[in-house]
Amino acid sequence: MQNGKNRAVRGVTYLVLSLWALTTIYPFIWVILNSFRKKGLILSDSFSLPLGEAFTFDNYLVAWQRADFKNAYLNSFLISGTVTVFVVIIAGLAAYGLVRYRFPGRSLLYSLIMAGMMFPVFSTIIPVFRLEVMMHIAGTGNRWLSLLAVILPQIAGNLCFAIIILMGFIQSVPIDLEESAYLDGCNVFQIYFHIIIPAAKSSFATVAIFAFLWSYNDLFTQSFFLRYPHERAITGLLNEISSQAGVNYGLMASSVVLVVIPVLVVYICLQKHIIKGLTAGAIKG
Amino acid sequence: MNSMIYKRKAPLMIFLVPAFLFLAVYLYYPFIQNIINTFLKIGGLGRSAEGFNEPWYDNYQRLFTDPYMKTALKNTLLLTLCTIVFQVGIALILALLVDTIRVGAQFFRTVYFFPIVISATALGLMFNLIFLYKGGMVNQLLLSLGKLPYEVKPSGKMIVQWLDWKDQAHFLFTMFMPVMWQYVGFYFVILVTGLNNISPDLYEAAALDGADGWKRTRYITLPLLRNVLCTCLVLAITGALKVFDLPWVMFGPGMPENQGWLTGTYMYDQTFNRMNVDYGSTIAVLIVVLGVVLSNVANRVFRPSEDI
Repeated sequence: MQNGKNRAVRGVTYLVLSLWALTTIYPFIWVILNSFRKKGLILSDSFSLPLGEAFTFDNYLVAWQRADFKNAYLNSFLISGTVTVFVVIIAGLAAYGLVRYRFPGRSLLYSLIMAGMMFPVFSTIIPVFRLEVMMHIAGTGNRWLSLLAVILPQIAGNLCFAIIILMGFIQSVPIDLEESAYLDGCNVFQIYFHIIIPAAKSSFATVAIFAFLWSYNDLFTQSFFLRYPHERAITGLLNEISSQAGVNYGLMASSVVLVVIPVLVVYICLQKHIIKGLTAGAIKG
Repeated sequence: MNSMIYKRKAPLMIFLVPAFLFLAVYLYYPFIQNIINTFLKIGGLGRSAEGFNEPWYDNYQRLFTDPYMKTALKNTLLLTLCTIVFQVGIALILALLVDTIRVGAQFFRTVYFFPIVISATALGLMFNLIFLYKGGMVNQLLLSLGKLPYEVKPSGKMIVQWLDWKDQAHFLFTMFMPVMWQYVGFYFVILVTGLNNISPDLYEAAALDGADGWKRTRYITLPLLRNVLCTCLVLAITGALKVFDLPWVMFGPGMPENQGWLTGTYMYDQTFNRMNVDYGSTIAVLIVVLGVVLSNVANRVFRPSEDI
C-alpha cells in the first residue's frame, strides 16, 4: 500500500518535471527543424520532419554568407570571458569582506549594492558613454579599445548581483571552520582562499556562469559601443540579421540556431562543473 | 559574528576597494549624473545640457500626468506580480520536486536553465515565429486541434480566421509568457543550490521523529530556504521592473496602440527614439525608486532576522 502510493507520487513528480522540460526544449527543436525547411513551407506545415523535398541547407548558407559569424564569436568570447574572470575575483573579495567584518558604514554599503542592482543599464549608459569618450576608450574605431569599452561597464553591471549571491552563500559557511584555521595560524587571506572559496565553490560557479551569459546576451551595451562591423559581437549580429530578414522566416530560424548552438555546447560543458560544485559541499563533512 | 579573526580591520580595504571603485566609477557616478540630467534640458544623445528645465521639476510633473506612463506602470506592476507568483512559484515547486528524485535530476537542471543561456534577441525572434499571425506554431497547433474557425472556398483554398496573439485582447499574455518562462530556470538553480546546502542530517533526524514528505518540506525545507527565497523575491522584483529586450524585440514601441508599454521599453523609446534624454532619465529614476521601495517591503515581510 505504502509502496504503491510512493510509486504514484514518483510518477506524478516525473510527469510534472517532464512537462516543464518539454516547454523549454520543444520550441528550440521546432526552430531547429524549421531552419532546415524550405522557405515557403514553414507557414503551412511546421511540425513534420523536414525530409525529402522539404529539406534544405540554404538557410544556413545564406546566413553564413550575409554575416561574419566567426569574427563576432571571437569578439563575444573575448568580452564575456574577461567580464566573468573579473566579476568573480572582485565580487568574491567584496562579499567576504561584507559578510565577515563588522564596521561602521557596513549597512550603508550593503544598501548601495542593493540599490545598484536596480539601476537599469539605460539609466547609467549615457554618462558612461561620455566618460569613456573622455578617457579615449569609446568611439575610437580601434577594435580592442571598443571591446574594453563594453567590458568595463559590464563588469560593474554584474558586480552587485554577484556580491549579493556570494554573500548569501558565504553567510552559510560555518564560522567554526575559519576559527580553527585561525588558531592554526592562517591569516584572513589564507582563510579566504583555503576555506571560503572551496566551501562556497558552487556559488562561485553559479556567479561565473551568470556573468558570462548576461554579458554575452547584453544587446543594449553592445549596440552602444560596438558600432563598426569588425567590432560587432554575436547578439548585435543577430539583431542586424533580423532587421534585414523581413519575411524570410527560414533565415531567421537558421540565424537563431547559429547563435544558440555554440552557447549550448559551452553551457553543457560548464553545467557539469556546476553540478559537481553543488554536490561536493565542503560544509557537509 | 564576533570572531576575533575579524577584529583587525586593515585587510578589509583590500576586500572592498576594488569592487567599490568599479561601482563608483561605472555605476554610482553615472547614476547620480543621470539624476542631475532629469532637471536639465538635453537636446539629444551625447549633447551637453542647455541649462535647467523651466520649472526645474518639469519632468517629474510630466511623469505624473503622462497617460502612457500610467499604462507602463500598470503593465509593469502586473508583470512584477505575475513574476513573483508564477516565476518563483513554479521554480520552487520544480526545485522541491527535483530534490526528491535521483535519476534524471541533472538532466532537468540542465534543461530548465537552458532558456536563460539564450539571448533575448534570439528568443524574441523565436517567439515571433511561434506567435506569428498567419501560420505561426501556436496558430497551426490550434488549427489542427480544430479550435480555429475556417471555411473552404469552392476553389479548394482554405480561409482561416487566424488568432492575432498581439492584439489588444491577447498581448499581455503574449508579452509576459516568454519573459516569465525564460527565467523560471534561473530561480530554480538558485533554489536547488540552496536545497543542496541543507544538511542531510536534519532530514535524517526528522525522519527519526516520524516527519516525512509534506511535513518535512513544511517544517524543515521551507524555513531553511527562507533566506534564499527572499533573495529570489528581490531579484524577481528588480528584474521585472527593468524588463526590456524581449518585449522590445517582440512588440517594438508600445504595440498594440500604446497599450503595451512597460517602464523599460517606454524609457528606452523616450531616450533613444524621441531624444527626450532628460525625460528618459526621469523614468529611469522612477524605476529605481520603485525597485528600492518594493524590495524593501519584500525584505521587511519575508526576511528572517539575522541572528538565526
